[in-house]
Amino acid sequence: MSLPLLDVEHVTMRFGGLFAVNDLSFSARSGEITAVIGPNGAGKTTLFNCITGFYKPQVGRMALRHPALDHLGGELLLERLDDHAINRRARVARTFQNIRLFAKMSVLENLIVAQHTALMAASAFSLAGLLGLRRYRDAERAAVARARHWLDRVALTGHADTAAGSLPYGHQRRLEIARAMCTDPLLLCLDEPAAGLNPRESAELNRLLRSIRDQDGIGLLLIEHDMSVVMEISDQVVVLDYGRKIAEGSPAEVKRDPTVIRAYLGEPEDADLPPELTGGPSC
Amino acid sequence: MLPAALRDAVLAGLVASALALPMLGFRLVDSATGLTLAGRFDLVAWAAGIVFCGRLVIRLLPPLPGLPALPAGTKNLRLGAGWILAVIALVLPFLPFADRNLVDKATLVLIYVMLGWGLNIVVGLAGLLDLGFVAFYAVGAYSYALLSQTFGLSFWICLPLAGMLSAGFGLALGFPVLRLRGDYLAIVTLGFGEIIRVILQNWQDVTGGPMGISGIERPSLFGLSFKAVAPEGHQTFADFFGLDYSADHRVIFLYFLILALALATNLFTLRIRRLPVGRAWEALREDEIACRSLGINPTAVKLSAFALGAMFAGFAGSFFATRQGFISPESFTFIESAVILAIVVLGGMGSQIGIVLAAVLLVGLPEWFRELQQYRMLAFGGAMVLIMLWKPSGLLSHREPTIRLGDPR
Repeated sequence: MSLPLLDVEHVTMRFGGLFAVNDLSFSARSGEITAVIGPNGAGKTTLFNCITGFYKPQVGRMALRHPALDHLGGELLLERLDDHAINRRARVARTFQNIRLFAKMSVLENLIVAQHTALMAASAFSLAGLLGLRRYRDAERAAVARARHWLDRVALTGHADTAAGSLPYGHQRRLEIARAMCTDPLLLCLDEPAAGLNPRESAELNRLLRSIRDQDGIGLLLIEHDMSVVMEISDQVVVLDYGRKIAEGSPAEVKRDPTVIRAYLGEPEDADLPPELTGGPSC
Repeated sequence: MLPAALRDAVLAGLVASALALPMLGFRLVDSATGLTLAGRFDLVAWAAGIVFCGRLVIRLLPPLPGLPALPAGTKNLRLGAGWILAVIALVLPFLPFADRNLVDKATLVLIYVMLGWGLNIVVGLAGLLDLGFVAFYAVGAYSYALLSQTFGLSFWICLPLAGMLSAGFGLALGFPVLRLRGDYLAIVTLGFGEIIRVILQNWQDVTGGPMGISGIERPSLFGLSFKAVAPEGHQTFADFFGLDYSADHRVIFLYFLILALALATNLFTLRIRRLPVGRAWEALREDEIACRSLGINPTAVKLSAFALGAMFAGFAGSFFATRQGFISPESFTFIESAVILAIVVLGGMGSQIGIVLAAVLLVGLPEWFRELQQYRMLAFGGAMVLIMLWKPSGLLSHREPTIRLGDPR
């Protein structure tokens, strides 16, 4: 078993009197998919916004540890970094619940923009690029090769030069994942990646997420409503309700947990439970 | 359809008469008993009638056939059009029908093309709506005038200095407005433009106040002066090349100077669009939050756009000062910002050639109709209305990706 990649300890995020996330602790590991589930308004997206720096929690600590961060002391505290530094320095990438692509730019450009930090360094803040130096041309070629790799992985190579905004919804979801992966992350946070996908696209997504876990060996943190996705691919599930963690464990453990069943469905009435929560076949 | 069109046209006519009543309907007459107010209600009726008919015609005619959307392979076409325009611009002063007047007008249009290209970085690429762009133009003009008169520096030394000063002012404006977007940003930049103008108007000791600065040094070509008699220790352009002195030489020289500056701006923009900074500008325009999530620091990206756009306005301002020989705050009013912004928007946000066409239409046409005197602004308004009817998203709004899979690199 690998060491925890992300340690979330006692994180509390308050909006006025509302505790969106309340004293939450859990950890996520490299090479594993950790799912965060919970009813609407349970604080899942708020948690994501804390981890990726868009919110600063009032209490708590979020430590990212990885051998690749050794030159930075091996451990970075995410709550101390600016939102853009979290991707650049801590190498945490994310996608959004309502897709945020650069709609008028082409698919390939979206993936090149994601490699801004590396290209910016190679172009010496654009000077080398303005002069057309070889160093920048090589860096750009490498960036395109990387983009090409991810286009192949998400099966969008044929759409490389079309505007991202004109892609069908399912393609846009995959492109957003590819864009996040182009930043070379250690931890990938996905905010409801299966929302709005049909069953076939959802199955493709599962394959993609597994391949990222197994081939790239990074940690994935996933918010999901779609129980079939969660139950099928996650290694670890954290269940939130009203900002608190009510259960944690393997998918099989979680779906047997009476607290979880109550949070999702109110009072337990076994007859009314959907098959994926009563332990029936999950497609 | 007819009743709806009629109702619409009547409404437009009413709006026109409401606008025309205070502007056209009354005039002060200097009579024996002092100033009296005379009515000119026939003009109001005319205005309302013209708007009514025009609106009715627009509603009843089938919608104007928009230009067919350019197919994907038009890159070469655009490139060709760009080269053709560049060649026309290069030979323009030597064409048989080109007189001093035409070259002068072309110079003016080129100033606006350059300003449009500068503002395009801020508005078209980075998506930051700037209503005070003329402030940087003013900073450039006054920088040159003051540096040249105070320290006796030549135009060629002042040009980069003026650009740097303008870029500095761009940064100074950029810092406080980093958190603002859209309408709020527009209001603050509008205020900034006015602040600069008011300072120029009131800081008598330095800027000469409303009197402006006159007798600004004209540029030389590698030390060759364009005056009739060369100053001590210099040669005139005419002497050096064995030509008869002609005042046209300077006009043509200034034309080529602004052409070179404008083309440099264009090359820079075309190039930087394909660099990480340029792509980050466009990404910022599309979605700032996504930019942050990808590790792009929006502060740096915004400031670079403000500074570079302002720098080109500064170059154009220095040129303006050296061409006119006289500057005053009156040249840098809000209407100038509005014209430059109109050029960028009507040209099709982000399109370099579109900006040239829009500048010719919006600045060239009113100059052409100068004989119509105060009615020439009608040409300006008419051009604007026509473009918006014909191409609501600007003359050339098609966006070409900055990189394609399989491009030779």
